[in-house]
Amino acid sequence: MKKNIFLLIVFLSFPLVMQAADNLFYVSFASRVMIYAIAATSLNLALGYGGMISFGHAAFVGAGAYAASICIVEGLTSAWLGWPAAMAAAAAAAWLIGAVSLRTRGVYFIMITLAFAQMAFYLVNSMKAYGGDEGLTLPQRASGLGNEVAFYYVVLLLLSLTLLLLHRLVNSRFGRVIVAIRENEARAEAVGLPVFRYRLACFVIAGAFAGLAGALLASHGKYVNPNVLHWSQSGELMIMVILGGVGRLWGGAIGAAVLLGLEHLITDYPIGWLERIAPNYQDHAGLGIGLVLLAIVLFAPQGLAGLADGRKRAAA
Amino acid sequence: MLRLEALSKRFGGVVATDGVSLEVAKGEVHALIGPNGAGKTTLIGQISGSLPPDSGRVVFLEKEITRDSLHERVRAGLARSYQITSLFRRFSALDNVALAVQARSGSSFSFWRPVAGETRLFDEAASILDEIGLSEKKSQTASTLAHGDQRALEVGLALATRPQLVLLDEPMAGMGPEESRRMIALIERIRTRVTILLVEHDMDAVFRLADRISVLVSGRILATGRPQEIRANAEVRRAYLGDEVAA
Repeated sequence: MKKNIFLLIVFLSFPLVMQAADNLFYVSFASRVMIYAIAATSLNLALGYGGMISFGHAAFVGAGAYAASICIVEGLTSAWLGWPAAMAAAAAAAWLIGAVSLRTRGVYFIMITLAFAQMAFYLVNSMKAYGGDEGLTLPQRASGLGNEVAFYYVVLLLLSLTLLLLHRLVNSRFGRVIVAIRENEARAEAVGLPVFRYRLACFVIAGAFAGLAGALLASHGKYVNPNVLHWSQSGELMIMVILGGVGRLWGGAIGAAVLLGLEHLITDYPIGWLERIAPNYQDHAGLGIGLVLLAIVLFAPQGLAGLADGRKRAAA
Repeated sequence: MLRLEALSKRFGGVVATDGVSLEVAKGEVHALIGPNGAGKTTLIGQISGSLPPDSGRVVFLEKEITRDSLHERVRAGLARSYQITSLFRRFSALDNVALAVQARSGSSFSFWRPVAGETRLFDEAASILDEIGLSEKKSQTASTLAHGDQRALEVGLALATRPQLVLLDEPMAGMGPEESRRMIALIERIRTRVTILLVEHDMDAVFRLADRISVLVSGRILATGRPQEIRANAEVRRAYLGDEVAA
């Protein structure tokens, strides 16, 4: 409890301290990390708790990002309108994609979600009215959120709500059912549960929150382009979940912070001796991240959240 | 209570069930026996809903359920246990049964209220564990239970759906004599309130428990009757029972 209050104070005071230090870059960076934390948490609901290894989660982030952006471009700048619209658009996409994909299993499910996401990627590439492959620059953020510090607090609130909802959800009747389906689908069906319906509902909820993350992402950068739907984005979200902890409440958030933090460290803080050996090593941040991921999978298969839990248990 | 009308299923050129007709009466223990490859597994799939038949009808409580899915049949009161133990392995014994109780008691589209607060679910689950003799082990993870206890939990999951008819697929599979004795006692306890279709290789258990027996050979019902009739049936003895039971 003490630790949680400490964390809360750190998160609440962070932008004020940064503002005093005249370093708003890190406030903006923290917002970005928290937005990805929402996206990764939503993927963790489907992948970690629901056992649905979706390789197309970027499609839902993208649906939300484009829906919110289109709202702003068309003059509907209120977040109260744009963000629910983004969630609805992403939920609808998840419903359509899920209704088809969830009839398949295993590697077929991975491939079919990937295929749908690629279709969505090419679809927005050809949406000439809204930027096509060049992307869409927004005249402004959702109204009232131009200020970097205000935006930070809004994102912090939404991330907290997302985590609270996930926490409640996994301990509810619904959460029990989706975890049971992950554990043994045939048995879940044989105790009378309509497995497909529960899976689809879980997939749609996960999609909606990915859509919220997309809307925030578009507002944050005042720009959206088809690359938010690129398959490598789906991969990045998956890496976040695996890094942080599959099926763990904080898994997505921790994974997002660690992955984006690492990327930032590698690209913005050159290491002298490494640069002398390999002058352009910073263009290959993926290699360093790959090594970290390898270490996690080998030595902490429960992810970083699992590592922290393990310590606690060992100490108790 | 359950009526099968000329159920057939072919896999390519192989005829797995060939016009099987069978009737299970309310309150009885009806055993289904037959040699390996007779089509028992296929027939169970057709009854429980995991395999759609090519032709024929399944009628349960005077309603046709031939095209109903597995979960719809469970809701209607037709539950099954599995020959190969199928549990929620990482859940505790109590949570396993509580989930089955939850599946029966209304919708699970409830996203906010913690399920741990629903004492009714866990009370009912605890009384089922009591009935199957696992109340001492209720917080043990299912995968760490002994084989016999897992088999009992398997039956407990089916019972938790409050079925009118339960299909027990080789409940004695892989059991030693002591474990079998406990399973027979369990079936004796539940037969007073639920109709049972028992598929079993353990002839001792079958002849002790069954009110009626049907013999499935090469996808057809060879005979149906009381245990002593089946034992005396020359055709059955030639096809399946051999001298083992006659002795």
